[in-house]
Amino acid sequence: MSMSNIIECINLSHVYPEGFTAIKGINLKVKEGEVVAILGQNGSGKTTLVKHFNGLLKPTNGTVSIRGNDTAKQTVFNLSSHAGYVFQNPNHQLFATSVLAELEFGPKNQGLANDEIEARVEEATDFFELNTIINEHPLRLSFPLRKIVAMASIYAMQPSIFILDEPTTAQDHGGSEKVRKFLRKLQDDGKTVILVTHDMPLVAEVADRVIAMWSSEIISAANPREFFLDLNTLDKTKLQQPQATALSHRLQKRVLNEGITLTVQETIKAFEKVVNKKIN
Amino acid sequence: MSRLPSRKVTPPMTKEIIRIENLTYQYAHTDKPALVDINLSIKKGEYIAIIGPCGAGKTSLALSLNGIVPHMTVGEMRGKVFVDGIDTTQTQVRDLAHIVGMVFDNPEYQLSQSTVLSEMAIGLENIGIPRDEMLKRIAEALEIVGLSGLEERSPMALSGGQQQRLAIAAALSMYPKVLVLDEPTSNLDPMGKEEVFAVAARLNQEKQMTIVIVEHEVEVIASYADRVIVLDKGQIVNSGNVNDIFSEIDSLDSIGVRPPQVTAIASGLEKKGYHFKNLPVTLDGAEATFSDWLKQDKA
Repeated sequence: MSMSNIIECINLSHVYPEGFTAIKGINLKVKEGEVVAILGQNGSGKTTLVKHFNGLLKPTNGTVSIRGNDTAKQTVFNLSSHAGYVFQNPNHQLFATSVLAELEFGPKNQGLANDEIEARVEEATDFFELNTIINEHPLRLSFPLRKIVAMASIYAMQPSIFILDEPTTAQDHGGSEKVRKFLRKLQDDGKTVILVTHDMPLVAEVADRVIAMWSSEIISAANPREFFLDLNTLDKTKLQQPQATALSHRLQKRVLNEGITLTVQETIKAFEKVVNKKIN
Repeated sequence: MSRLPSRKVTPPMTKEIIRIENLTYQYAHTDKPALVDINLSIKKGEYIAIIGPCGAGKTSLALSLNGIVPHMTVGEMRGKVFVDGIDTTQTQVRDLAHIVGMVFDNPEYQLSQSTVLSEMAIGLENIGIPRDEMLKRIAEALEIVGLSGLEERSPMALSGGQQQRLAIAAALSMYPKVLVLDEPTSNLDPMGKEEVFAVAARLNQEKQMTIVIVEHEVEVIASYADRVIVLDKGQIVNSGNVNDIFSEIDSLDSIGVRPPQVTAIASGLEKKGYHFKNLPVTLDGAEATFSDWLKQDKA
């Protein structure tokens, strides 16, 4: 395999002990630094798939390799320093009695020196703007803020792969902007991001590649621009274009004559271009 | 959301169903009130959306509509809430459930029985509805939300969208006049969201049910709501129809609420010097606005 594939799944299947096949025949390669969005309705197998990337689940058939190492032969502890998993429900992740202790926990377990732990915690605190709540008990915080703390605590561990399960769910606009800022930072830092989400505008903004799942299988892998034009797959997976994309798609046939747009900013630019052409 | 029924044109609104007068509420052990001097009148048949950032007081306001605030919370209330003319402070929550049905964000919190049928029956049994009447109401409510035939299923075996529709059906079986939904789709996948929005829209359009929904999905609100109430720091900071509210992008932005994407596109173009008569708030509206605009010779 190529060393540039940080994650590689070959014919991966997972059957839960009670006999339910959650994913089957998954073949997937993720390059280092790629942002891959995994989409699909609840129950389609998204979370089961990504739990294989940090060893929380081991394949019942096929293999998963992280940097060329078979996860079946490694411990969760070992894998977690490569791949950090931010749970959909922060209550399943947070357990310390203060935000500070939560942020310190990962780096401490990684055996880092005290000044490095301090530096990591400080950076996470500043980046996620947690200064005012640093001594609060995480379970006293609002649910959306708890999710931000969960992200910060994984960030403090600086894994090379970030697995984010529904990061914007239940966030208001402000929280959702924080998540976007975080994703851009990870992109700039060259981190690999696995994004499980129902938030189509977010996918359109940040994903390099979209993996669509339906009924335990991958049914489409494409870049977002191709994906949001693939009406068959959208219809089959019951997913929708972001509103900006839907607008440009509707106008494309009649007036735009250009490709579809993915974001608000891109749509503004595309419209401006058409109007300017008409004036000149 | 193109697959949902289109928005009604003239809502039949005449009679006031909810009246809030100078409502201030402060939870015990907190340093400032969750709701500050709220005044609000809601008419029968209206579809009202409450928006605002986290911590704005949206849930507290929703809970005040069926008496959970103040009866089941600890804190201090000033002012009055009347539902269908009844003062909520003088009436128990169980008696208000006939008037105001409530659906919460997490369906698992409100489902407790082993079958859909018993889930539906428990509320009706508690208020002493006779068996024949009970079965009739259950059948009706399940039909409305599209769950007929699943009576013997375990609620836990339903999808998130089905669970939330079951919670709506349980509320509907009380024959409420108002349905309050507090972020009913925040835990659902796109299919589940669409199911819940479609049921709420149908109840409003076909049964003239008054809907009060707390919701972050502004694109959906823009398609259905007759009126939007904007809350920030416990206060109503704006209230009006969807066009008026979402056109004020800068004031929404200042409190951390985003507009529908199509409105943001038009507003972005206005900031570059182009002009629109009205900022569109729905996809259909935007298609009309922009196709005219893009076709014209001079912008």
